[in-house]
Amino acid sequence: KMLDDSLEPGWLSEEVKTGTTIIAIEFDGGVVLGSDSRVSAGETVVNRVMNKLSLLHDKIYCALSGSAADAQTIAEMVNYQLDVHSIEVGEDPQVRSAATLVKNISYKYKEELSAHLIVAGWDKRGGGQVYVTLNGLLSRQPFAVGGSGSSYVYGFVDAEYRKAMSKEDCQQFVVNTLSLAMSRDGSSGGVAYLVTIDEKGAEEKCILGNELPTFYDQ
Amino acid sequence: MSSIGTGYDLSASTFSPDGRVFQVEYAMKAVENSSTAIGIRCKDGVVFGVEKLVLSKLYEQGSNKRIFNVDRHVGMAVAGLLADARSLSEVAREEASNFRSNYGHNIPLKHLSERVAMYVHAYTLYSAVRPFGCSFILGSYDQDDGPQLYMVDPSGISYGYWGCAIGKAKQAAKTEIEKLQVRILLEPSLRQGKILLNCLICVCYCYQQMKDMTCRELVKEVAKIIYIVHDEVKDKSFELELSWVGEVTNGKHELVPKDVREEAEKYAKDSLEEEDDSDEDNM
Repeated sequence: KMLDDSLEPGWLSEEVKTGTTIIAIEFDGGVVLGSDSRVSAGETVVNRVMNKLSLLHDKIYCALSGSAADAQTIAEMVNYQLDVHSIEVGEDPQVRSAATLVKNISYKYKEELSAHLIVAGWDKRGGGQVYVTLNGLLSRQPFAVGGSGSSYVYGFVDAEYRKAMSKEDCQQFVVNTLSLAMSRDGSSGGVAYLVTIDEKGAEEKCILGNELPTFYDQ
Repeated sequence: MSSIGTGYDLSASTFSPDGRVFQVEYAMKAVENSSTAIGIRCKDGVVFGVEKLVLSKLYEQGSNKRIFNVDRHVGMAVAGLLADARSLSEVAREEASNFRSNYGHNIPLKHLSERVAMYVHAYTLYSAVRPFGCSFILGSYDQDDGPQLYMVDPSGISYGYWGCAIGKAKQAAKTEIEKLQVRILLEPSLRQGKILLNCLICVCYCYQQMKDMTCRELVKEVAKIIYIVHDEVKDKSFELELSWVGEVTNGKHELVPKDVREEAEKYAKDSLEEEDDSDEDNM
């Protein structure tokens, strides 16, 4: 790492990344998505309260990570495409459709883009579903983590995940994971955003820094 | 019923004074000249039957198919100009394929029929092209949506159906299909004219709706309808093309297996003979 001799702050020159921890998990009847809120440009935090859980449709959200501009643009494009698609077919889009649209963009422009979106939502055919679209692949998983902070919590999620968790268990699982990642990853922090999606709709929630669970802390 | 356009019928871009586009109507006449195709929806699937007239004994059996596969789960039965129909089946296949590529799942049948209908309609707008001279019936089966049936005609509209028929005998076929809706099964004792003890005649009416039939039962009925509407006098021999898609095929559209087809044809021929026999009795 080079010594910073420059008199300019980092945010003037560094690419804006959503350093990030993002997570999504399925339960019977829906999904829970969670993210932190830090946006960094090098060592500068340019936004400490950004909501990285982006709406793709009424009951389909995606979690953004990687380059902020790339991720937001993909989400906006897919939001538009899903709007048109749902009107054409005359019903709510499937989560798989949303994930495929994201995947198609991520794969086609994989050399130019640097973003990873986790797509999660509820539809009447498949219930709650979580899809991973890293690097242009498409894979459905019971839960997924992403972003720079995810590396610190793979062990935790692998150990703590149980099948058939209830909605409240899932929400607690997500909050715990985010809290641990945010405390260890320099590029993640701020507040935790939660979105719970089920048949009735999507419910957004924000948990402030001082309300997050605490673990081993010197 | 033929009305002469007299100058307003030369191109699809011209309306007649009474608001008709004659070219489209002429295209529909082309469909009416072709042999019959029917599609019927039942409880757990869709069955297609086509009366394929054999114009020459030199034709290979099974050639010039009139039922196409559009994607794994959709079948398409056509009537009218076969070349136009083949071209449209390619259009339908592309639509289904692009949809799957973009959205990651099977195209819903309503959407597919609307997209192909839109394409057919486009050819009714310009003088540089002629409308497609074929109608077709699309059918599919899906775990969540159940069986679906749509028909598209040369004007470019698509309709959803329980049962529909296209081609020269479509009126007769429609009558037969409507009869299927309410079918009365008389108790065997009554059919034989036996009077039960106590002089009470027990009559058991069983209404079996088309919607409650399974594909296996419906295949036989479809074969029977085609045999009924086939005109032995005007047209010579014909080949019966049968296909189905439903729970029995796990949602995959395919031509019915040889043994099922033979059983259905046997049932159809036997039923026709029975009706001939009962006619003779009345004399």
